[in-house]
Formats: sequence, C-alpha cells, structure tokens
Amino acid sequence: MDFGFCLSPSSHVKMDSIDLTTFNRLKETNPDVNTCIACGSCTATCTAGNFTEMSFRRLLLMLQRGKEDEANKMIQRCMLCGKCTLVCPRGINIRKILLDITR
Amino acid sequence: MNSQIFHPFVLPFVLGMAFVLTYCFVGLIRVISQLPKDDRKKLGRSLVTPKTAWANIRDLFGDCLFHVKIWKRNPVLGYMHTAIAFGWFMIIVIGHVMLFTLKPLQGVEVEGLQGMFTNFYYPIFFKYFAEETPVFAFLMDFFLLMIISGILIAVVKKIHSKIVGVKRVMHFGFADTLIRFALWTIFPFRLIAEKTNIMAFWWLYSIDLLIFMCMLPFTRYMHIPTEALFILLRHAGIKVTEPRKGYALAELYSCPSCGLCIDACPMSVNDKMSGNTSAYFMKKLRNNDTEESQRIAETCLMCGKCVKICPLSIESCDIKFSQRAAVPYNINSDHSYLNVISTEAEKSQTNNHKPHVLYFAGCMTQLTPKIMRAMKQIMDKAGEDYQIMDENGGICCGRPMLLSGKVAEAKAMIEKNTELIKKSGAKRLVLSCPICYKVFKDEYHLEGIEILHHTQYIEELIKCGKIYVDRGDTKYVYHDPCELGRAFEIYDEPRYVIHSLGQIVDAKSEKENSICCGGSLGSFNLTQQERDAITENSVNDLMFNNPDEIVTACPLCLKTFARKSPVKVKDIAEIVSEKL
Repeated sequence: MDFGFCLSPSSHVKMDSIDLTTFNRLKETNPDVNTCIACGSCTATCTAGNFTEMSFRRLLLMLQRGKEDEANKMIQRCMLCGKCTLVCPRGINIRKILLDITR
Repeated sequence: MNSQIFHPFVLPFVLGMAFVLTYCFVGLIRVISQLPKDDRKKLGRSLVTPKTAWANIRDLFGDCLFHVKIWKRNPVLGYMHTAIAFGWFMIIVIGHVMLFTLKPLQGVEVEGLQGMFTNFYYPIFFKYFAEETPVFAFLMDFFLLMIISGILIAVVKKIHSKIVGVKRVMHFGFADTLIRFALWTIFPFRLIAEKTNIMAFWWLYSIDLLIFMCMLPFTRYMHIPTEALFILLRHAGIKVTEPRKGYALAELYSCPSCGLCIDACPMSVNDKMSGNTSAYFMKKLRNNDTEESQRIAETCLMCGKCVKICPLSIESCDIKFSQRAAVPYNINSDHSYLNVISTEAEKSQTNNHKPHVLYFAGCMTQLTPKIMRAMKQIMDKAGEDYQIMDENGGICCGRPMLLSGKVAEAKAMIEKNTELIKKSGAKRLVLSCPICYKVFKDEYHLEGIEILHHTQYIEELIKCGKIYVDRGDTKYVYHDPCELGRAFEIYDEPRYVIHSLGQIVDAKSEKENSICCGGSLGSFNLTQQERDAITENSVNDLMFNNPDEIVTACPLCLKTFARKSPVKVKDIAEIVSEKL
C-alpha cells in the first residue's frame, strides 16, 4: 500500500564488523585526518562537487564507517584542483590525502 | 729529464684511465640504446644540422670549460670552475701538442703498440720523460698554477662557504669526500714532482689520478664526461620520458651537485627543508634511492627556479614530473561525467551570440571573486564584447591533475574545456590564473584563438586607450608568479600596468629569481607550517623596499600572501579597477 511516504532504510553501521584498513592506513600516513571538524568548506568549494556528488567531508565519513566501495566510487570524480586544501580551516593537506587514498 | 721511455709509476694512471674510458663507453651505449627510436634519429640529425652543430661546439666549450652561467651568478665560483676545468683541459691539450711537436721519442725505437702505449701516458708525465721548451714550460706552469688557485677557492668554500657567497652547501658522503681530496691533491703533487723530480711525488701524483678515475663513475665528478653527451642530447631537443632512462639518465649523471640550486630554492628557509632541493633529488635518484627521490619529487613546489639558474639547465622538474607519473594507482579517476556538462558558454550557443573575448576565471579565481569582479569592471569599461566561461563554476584546467603525474586524466579535462572554448566562437581567451595559462599554452590545441593572461590583456587595453587610469603615488611591489614569469617570461607587461598606476619599487629577488609564494599546487607533501615558512620568507623579500602594497597576478599567490603580509596584497586587475 502506498501512503505517499515511507520509512528510510536503516543506516545502522556495525562498528565491530566493518573493515577499516583503508582509514587506519590513512591515519598513519596522514595524521591530520583526525583534526577534521567536518565544517564542509571543502565540499562547498569543490569543482567536481559542482557537477557530481563529490564531497570530501562525506568521503572521510564513508571511510570512517568502512564504506570503502562507495568512497572509492566517489573519489574517482576528483579533479585534484586543490581548492579544498586552500579553504580548509584546519590546514589539512586534503589534496595529498585524496592522492594517497587512490594509491 | 730521465732518458727512459717507461717507469712503473705510470701504471696506476694507465689503469685508471683505461677503467674510466671503458666505463664511459659502456655508459654511452646504454644511454643511446635507452633513447626512443625517434629521439635517436633527432640526435643524429642534430649532429649534422649546421645550426645545432654550431650550438654544440659553442656550448661544449662555453659550458663545460667556462660555465658562463656560473660566472653570471657568482664570479668567484665562476673563476673557480674555469680555473680547474679550463686549466686542466689546457694542460692536457698542451701535453699532447708537446708530444707531437717536440718529438720526445726521437732516437728511441718505439713503434706500433708500444708507441700507442707510450703516447697514452707521455702527455701526463711529460716532464719526467722529456725536456720542455721555455714557451711550453711557461704555459704548463701557468695553467697548473691557475688550477691550484681554483683549488684554493674550493678549499675556502669548503671551510667557510659564506666567504664565496654561498649560504648552504651540499652534504656529501664518504665517496664524494674522498674523491674531492684526491682532486685537490693531484695538482700540488704534480707541481712538486715536476719541480723537484722526487720519485715519491711522481708516484703520489699517479696514484691520486688512479683514485680519482676509479671513483669518478660513482661520484658527482661523473659530470665531467657526461656533460658533453648531455649537451648534445639537449640541443637535439630530446625530452625526458622516464625518470631513470635515456636522456634523464644523462641529466642525472651530468648534475655536478654544485648546490647552486640549494640557495635558490624557496624551500631552503631552514636546514630540514633544504634537503628537498633538486641537487639532493638528483643525487638520490642517481643512487637509485627510489623512496627518497619519490618523496622529494612530490614535495617540490615545481616553481622552476632551480632549472632557470642551473649552470647546465638540467630539467630537474621534468624528471620529477616523470617520477610522479611512474607511480601506479589502485583507483583510477573517472571523469566521464564531464561529457554531459554544459556551461554558460555552451548555453549561449543557442542565442547565436559569438563573443569576441572569452574570459576563463579558473578554480583559483573562483576562490578570490574580487579578481573576477575587477576583470568584469575593466572589460565593461573598455566596452569589450565578452563572456565569462565559468561564472557559475567551470571545469578545472587540468594542470593540477597533470602535476600529480596523471596525464590521461588531465587529458579528459583538457578535451572538454577545448570543446567548450571552441563552441563559444570567441577569438581571444583571457585567463586570470597563471596556472591555467601555463597548461593552456603548453597542452591545449586552440588554433585560431589567442590566449592571453590578464596582465597582457590589461596592458593592451591601456596602450590602445580603451581604458584610462589615474596615476597615484602608491608604492607598489610586484611579485612575479612562477608560472607567468619563469615559464613565459612575462615580466614587462605587469610592470608597465603598475607603472601607469603609481610608483613601482623593486623586490630583493625579482623576475627569474622571484621566490615562490609557497602556495604552489606543485607540492603534495608540504605541510601548512612548512608552506607558511616559505611564504614569510617570500614576503620579507618583497618588503625589501617598504612598499605600500604587494601586487601579484596570480589568485593563488594572492591568497597565500594575504595570510602573512603586513601590507595589503592585491591582484593587478584589482588595482586597475580601483583607478578606472
């Protein structure tokens, strides 16, 4: 029966069963990922984000939640223009992190 | 003079020389065989083309022996190199001239193989075996003393480099230190041996030569034979394709680790960062230290200053670039979404308006919208028929992607932008960002469309009388952005524009010596703190003559300087729009 609305699917993440290898590796090589305050400046200025779903803030969140496939798909959109790095209030070297994830 | 034709002390030299010659021959074959087929053809052609052949001869003497570029940068070091290189070359030449004019072997039966053998060492130990005429004796002593004077400067440089105007020098390992001492002692030993004829010194002289020659292939002195090959390859117009093969290999071995690039590098603000300079990169890559050379390649700002001031013009940035491109990626970019993008430029196609000027702000200008506003104001005032290609967001020009070594991915953006620009029907393309300007000039194929940076464009508008500006008395200093200045030598246009607006004062380092702002997209590894140190140094350099405002022509420089500058930082378009 269609009520014109529905319940959204559960976004429950089981932290015990997810694979965090990529994120842990990233934390080792780029400790500054820990300093992100999720302000979204990177997303607001993103050149690729203008045309696609690309958002570094969400990308980091996906990796923290072990959603690697989704993250890998999103990162392909990046143009490496570096605007995110320039606007980051925490001075995180986002461009380097993006490059490291794809390696 | 001793009337012999052979003495065992010549053997160390003969052995060493034979080793070096064999090594160089094998190395030559290796480099040539690694060159792509087309490059080999290019090399062959360049050797017989009169123009390049003449350039070869000119540079083989001018560069290898005199090094005009070192003379221009630091006359003391210029003399040091000339004294040693030219002096040594001359005593070898004179030695051979004496061999064939004075005929020292007359009366002694030496022919065939034995004759060739004696000719091999005679010019080096001439004085032991035969008598010189006064003229030759004078010349030999003159050049020998010239070399020793050069070595004295080298010793002073080693003890206290600041006396000869060098702040930072290379730090060498055991092999390089040992060979340096061998080189320093060769000539004093020779002088003493010739003057006193004590056997021990002839032996020392010969053994020193053996040490020098045996270590030469494994140290920086390999630049002596390699440089000649490098000059030939450079004039043939060959480019680097792989980081450690062919032309790049010749470049690696030609680098004398002179360290001139260390003082020039913007990163040399402290000891730790000065290890990221090109001289160290070349050394690490030469020693096959892949990890370190990769790290330095990705840390470099790619400002191009080391290439500009290099006495040999070694394209170290090209090698770093190819080193970056050699890294494999697990996840490849997918920019297929670009195909469906239509921007303002494309939409305007529907109303059939073809603008004369197309303005591409670029990513960095999107972050500094005041530049775009100023440009609009200027173009409106000049009554230009223009259109802004990326007012509501455009596609990146591709240079940042290219700098990461991902050539194919950058091509996707380049193709899409080319398509959009061609569709607009504009005849001129004006850019506000030197980063874009470089890639548009180098990689885009926009036949029939004139590409201009806004400094050139504004200069033209002022010269044609399309805009009028008021001259004030503000003191400006101009910062040359790397990709505009060093890459395309656009030095005079911005200065003309600033001069028509007010007073222009000099920075401490200008034009091709300009110091990178520290914000460059070329570097991946530098942290914010390290970048800040570079920026502070660059700002101090610009504040040398106490200007009222810093003017630049790059949105990235503008943004970087604004964080650290004690005075206002403005783009050239901004100051023009203020005075319209």
